[in-house]
Amino acid sequence: MNLLPKQRRLPEAADQHHDPRAPISIHDMTVAYHRRPVLWDIDFAAEEGRLIGIVGPNGAGKSTLIKACLDLIPKASGSIRIYGQPYKKQRQLVGYVPQRESIDWEFPINALDVVTMGTYGKIAWCLPPRKKHRAAAYEALEKVGMAEYAHRQISRLSGGQQQRVFLARALVQDAQLYLMDEPFAGVDAATESAIIALLKDLKARGRTVLVVHHDLQTVKSYFDDVILLNMRIVASGPTATTFTEENLRTTYGGKLTLLVEAAEAIARGGKEGV
Amino acid sequence: MTWSWQGDGTVVLVAMLAGCACALVGSFLVLRRMSLMGDAISHAVLPGLVVAFLVTHSRGIGAMLVGAVVVGILTALLTQVIARYGKVEEGAAMGVVFTILFAIGLVLIRQATDHVDLDPSCVLYGNIAHIYADAFHGTPVALKNLAIVFALNLFFVTAFYKELKVSAFDPALSSTLGINANLMHYALMILVALTAVVSFEAVGSILVIAMLIVPPVTAYLLTDRLGVLLFLSVVFAAASALLSQLAVIAFPVWFNTPVQPDTSAMMTVFAGFFLMVAIVVAPTRGLASKAWQHLALRAQIRREDILGVLYRFRENLGDAAAAMPTADLRRIFGHGLLTRYALQSLRRRRLTSTTDGNGLILTEKGLNRAERLIRSHRLWESYVAQYSDLPLDHLHEPAERVEHFIGPRLETALREEVADPQADPHGRSIPSGQPEKND
Repeated sequence: MNLLPKQRRLPEAADQHHDPRAPISIHDMTVAYHRRPVLWDIDFAAEEGRLIGIVGPNGAGKSTLIKACLDLIPKASGSIRIYGQPYKKQRQLVGYVPQRESIDWEFPINALDVVTMGTYGKIAWCLPPRKKHRAAAYEALEKVGMAEYAHRQISRLSGGQQQRVFLARALVQDAQLYLMDEPFAGVDAATESAIIALLKDLKARGRTVLVVHHDLQTVKSYFDDVILLNMRIVASGPTATTFTEENLRTTYGGKLTLLVEAAEAIARGGKEGV
Repeated sequence: MTWSWQGDGTVVLVAMLAGCACALVGSFLVLRRMSLMGDAISHAVLPGLVVAFLVTHSRGIGAMLVGAVVVGILTALLTQVIARYGKVEEGAAMGVVFTILFAIGLVLIRQATDHVDLDPSCVLYGNIAHIYADAFHGTPVALKNLAIVFALNLFFVTAFYKELKVSAFDPALSSTLGINANLMHYALMILVALTAVVSFEAVGSILVIAMLIVPPVTAYLLTDRLGVLLFLSVVFAAASALLSQLAVIAFPVWFNTPVQPDTSAMMTVFAGFFLMVAIVVAPTRGLASKAWQHLALRAQIRREDILGVLYRFRENLGDAAAAMPTADLRRIFGHGLLTRYALQSLRRRRLTSTTDGNGLILTEKGLNRAERLIRSHRLWESYVAQYSDLPLDHLHEPAERVEHFIGPRLETALREEVADPQADPHGRSIPSGQPEKND
């Protein structure tokens, strides 16, 4: 059930909107849940080797943006390219860190198993992970300072430790582009600085990282670029010039009543007053 | 009754194959927190089964498979439609769908009995007695079919182990890795439907539901490794099958009755029994282990309370060598087992020692421990006094509870919070010394 009639554009025509050098470029994307649009007209291209924060109020569609980039939810319209190619062809280049709450931590599995899952994309169907995959996973755990907890069942780790396991799993994927959904949520100070060190390291190695972030205090010190999001992109660009008080007011100020009204009208399926 | 390899052996084999086939796929239902789905599918496939009979007039596994898969998919779709348009949660929608489909199946069976040999009551508890009789005229069809299904499930779970694991644990990540979580989900549901249909005829729907859920839950309590969980759940299913048939044979003798209970019912009883045992004895999560931990904590608190009393006794007298008569201690703490045990273990740990006049004094080690406790107690009182207007006599009792749980980290934090850590609000001095890393 699409919101709008699909634009009949040839694939080649779509590609002309995308810069093939951009780690990720989004062209005119709209995303809807049960017909109700939650993201409107997203247009964005990332620059390689940057740490990019995605900031906005609750319900702004930050997680939705990331999930749409990963084809986890369908787009109503628009297109996305990863280094100039559709996501389906570039899976290997993209690493994902889901929200910690999305996981059942009681699952009978230990930290090393979770990290090893990061290598599954490189292993053929039906084949088990081999020694080198486990070794890579262990190395990633060492990198985030969690080697001693490798064999611990994951519910017996603290929130910060669980988040580090997730990051180790992303590291072991060895991707070019990382999409992280609130990696800083509910972690202790030590984990927070460990994560930041890791992000800086990824950046130094030319990787691009998009991070959904909640804490406005730290945006300026953590991120090179920022996307201010509230159902649409309010502003995006270098943090120094984009993360301004005025832009923040627009993002958080609730001046989006028209978008919300339009979305509700579409969800209702009728015009006003029906 | 005596054991007959041909009869009882076949029945046990059939029950084992059905139980193990269910336990294998059921483990993933339990892990995905979708146990109800097993219940739903195993009921809902009934009309598919009956329609397949009506159309083909046979009980071939191919027709069953098609019928089961069609209705299995129908269940999933109808559940979604009802959840969305009926404005109810998914569990309720599922409940609506599978009960109605099951009822349709029961109605259809009545129509079908004219054409094929089907009995509505078999649906609930199967027809294992029939298998017993059949076993004496060649291999029963149910045995062959169940062997195929068990082999199929075993192949599926071992070949796609990695894919099942990641798609059950983290569906979103799984999909980004190129392992389509929805695809794995539907493959699993199709196998559940197939397993349910084939087991149905032999052991009945109650046993199918029980075996899909009970052995995996039992195993889940006992291990935190996925591989071990799968292995244990199969072992529990097989053990229930064997024990149930033995019990069925022994039942008339033990209870002096000519009536034999139903094997599949007995099997469910055994599975439930294993679960009960697991709930009691499971490591860390089990009742016994919880009770033991609770007891150990109570003993520790009692020991610490005794140390506290000994400390205050010598403090009040201002005499470091003052021994407190054991009788006085017993007057405070009673003569219960816990006190007796605590006094004993204090001596064993060399925290207290007994003097000639049957009194108790703190050893150096004991003094150290007591100081730590009193320090926690008085720091807490100071902390509470600083932030609330509670009268002084309200401070002691809460501190008496909290003191046992303040570790080195919290103690340092308290000391930083409290303005003057020399004396508590009652004017008693707070023992000096640094928090140490201990137990």
